[in-house]
Amino acid sequence: MTCDEADVLLHALMDGELDAGHARDVEDHIAGCPRCAAALRDYREMSKAISEAGMSYTAPAALRQRIEAALPQPRQAPNRRAVLRGFAMGSAVSALAATGLVAIVLRQDDIERIQSEVVSAHLRSLQAGHLTDVISTDQHTVKPWFNGKLDVSPPVIDLTAQGFTLIGGRLDYVDARAIGAVVYRRRQHVINLFVSQTSSTEQRAAKTNTIQGFNIRHWSDRGLNYWAVSDLAKDELAEFSEKFESAMRAPG
Amino acid sequence: MPIKASDDPEKARRFREAALPYLNDAYTLARYLLRNAADAEDAVQECYLRAFRHFDGYRGPAMKPWLFAILRNVCRAEYARRATTPVSAIEDVPESAEQAPLWQEAEETPEAQLQHRWDADTIRRLVAALAEPFRETFVLREIQNLSYREIAEVAEVPVGTVMSRLARARAMLRSAWLAEEEQQK
Repeated sequence: MTCDEADVLLHALMDGELDAGHARDVEDHIAGCPRCAAALRDYREMSKAISEAGMSYTAPAALRQRIEAALPQPRQAPNRRAVLRGFAMGSAVSALAATGLVAIVLRQDDIERIQSEVVSAHLRSLQAGHLTDVISTDQHTVKPWFNGKLDVSPPVIDLTAQGFTLIGGRLDYVDARAIGAVVYRRRQHVINLFVSQTSSTEQRAAKTNTIQGFNIRHWSDRGLNYWAVSDLAKDELAEFSEKFESAMRAPG
Repeated sequence: MPIKASDDPEKARRFREAALPYLNDAYTLARYLLRNAADAEDAVQECYLRAFRHFDGYRGPAMKPWLFAILRNVCRAEYARRATTPVSAIEDVPESAEQAPLWQEAEETPEAQLQHRWDADTIRRLVAALAEPFRETFVLREIQNLSYREIAEVAEVPVGTVMSRLARARAMLRSAWLAEEEQQK
């Protein structure tokens, strides 16, 4: 192999784009050619310096907002008939009615948008086959399932004795990032629990809002933000979050 | 062309999930291609609106190169608009330039070796000084981590051209890198 050939092919070598045969040819050439060896060493050094320097830019928030605003918005009023159609078509799981408990990280100025996204995620989960990725009534099955899928390990607590049955878990998508949903059920109502981290450790008392006919209960505790979305009455949703919090505080 | 109100919100939701995670990548590429923050913002916004309009027909390749191909066309259009200032125009490099020997000075200084790790700002300045289309190929490979085949799709050239452009880009950057070290001495 000539230096002219190696000049091009050593890049394919360092980028992992060469088949084994050609890679050996290039390596043979480099072994006997100080000039090409020095070049390859420098290119690798540059490549490493570039990846470690952090050469990416972050899109301005205003750009994201402009793009969001230009796209058609999600339905403002939930179409109850569409939700019911999902039940009629769906599996046994989707035949359950709707409750969601959601916990995610967010900045204060994003709260309204997040709440709307949370409701959308909740509605999506009610469509046939969308409710759970892992189906289990065992917290020791659901919790490990999240490992490696998220940057946070959502608390998974069996509240069957308190009247809320654990039925599974799901990855969902809120605020342009993956979050975990733990799914519970009360009577004919489904509960989704979405979890991710918050940067603040401050504790925030639970507060309930109503969006698109669903109740959302939100609180923060020990580095996690929680959002509850539900078509349960507010008092039952409050009961759920209280049971959940007291179980979190319970030893063991 | 404005997006019609009749467009399906479900389509918008799928598009958001598929395309918005690459917003920072798209913005980064636009910054390197256009070398101007305001133009990059405009180009990325236009890219996303075009991508949404064509999203019905999207069947792959991977979302990132697909978006990049659209973004690159938007950036080229922007350059065409700027054609009155040809200094910054993206132009296809003449054949002769593509086929010129890659790195001649290295033969004179075979022992030349990078000594210094530059910070991001310095590297950005060195990369920004690369001529198109070498800068484009280099950024797609080194900063966006695209494969040669994906780069070929984005830049609409054969893989062999990607390889020769990348080789030349790295050789030029190495030269600039060493020159920067000389200046600091």
